[in-house]
Amino acid sequence: MDRELEIELAKRLLAGETEAFDRFVEHFRAKVFHYSWLMCGQREDAEEVAQETMLKTFESFHQLREPERVRPWIFRIAKNACLVKRRKSIFAPTSAHEISLDELMPSRSSQDGLMKIEIADWTHLPEDEVLKTEMKTELDAAIRALPEIYRSVILLRDIEELSTAEASQILDVSEDVVKTRLHRGRLAIRKHLEERLRVGKHNQPFQAATMEVAS
Amino acid sequence: MKAPEPSQQCKEVFAALSEYLDMELSPASCQELESHLKGCAPCIEFVESLRKSIDLCRNYGPAERPQPLTEEARQQLQEAYKKMLSARKID
Repeated sequence: MDRELEIELAKRLLAGETEAFDRFVEHFRAKVFHYSWLMCGQREDAEEVAQETMLKTFESFHQLREPERVRPWIFRIAKNACLVKRRKSIFAPTSAHEISLDELMPSRSSQDGLMKIEIADWTHLPEDEVLKTEMKTELDAAIRALPEIYRSVILLRDIEELSTAEASQILDVSEDVVKTRLHRGRLAIRKHLEERLRVGKHNQPFQAATMEVAS
Repeated sequence: MKAPEPSQQCKEVFAALSEYLDMELSPASCQELESHLKGCAPCIEFVESLRKSIDLCRNYGPAERPQPLTEEARQQLQEAYKKMLSARKID
């Protein structure tokens, strides 16, 4: 469902058209579940976050002044619900991780005296086939392996396709921070796919290769 | 033979790639970046692989879906919605 349709449903619900209710719930519940599942890591937590988010959405729906902003508005509620859930979770991280840009620089190898970047064959595979195969599993693993500060930005910007300004408002960070985290998150995902899909190094620990603990 | 290190310009391009792909660079910076790309095959390949990786994220369908909504949970949401509507009418 594109954003136009979401906005239309939000407007109808605000106007009291209850016929839009089930479609609206089904759509956003699945979206929030997916986001929370990748943020919290546990299915049960994600189910609860999805329900709590939808409940809060309806309780405060009258505060949605601009139906055009329904997607970022709901994701802000979801982000806060995830934070509460993660604080209580034994899986919550104990410290923030930062990825250094230098470590994400591509490796270069020489071949017949020519400098060549180590590039993956995966970039040339047809998208439909790719998504059906190992790529999807690896993409999922790449997103999950990202430290939380990058994962939240990737989910909002590249998966939910929210704007930089919207992600910045949801996450309470500046637009520059969103841009920096987005770039590093993207580079880390690319590197993960490169390492896993190009040579099939399934057992190589991704985190150790690309991340360092912030001091 | 030891591979040459990426140039300073390659590093600058590397740092600006997301903004470039999101079309958020200033026209001057964009022009500068593209002029480097014209002469740097490794950077071109890298841009393409990053672009592909971003496209994959954008087409990434949920691997998992929530359990079907129970009637009890649905009622809870519907009550909240109706309550909000009637409170708004009173206002």
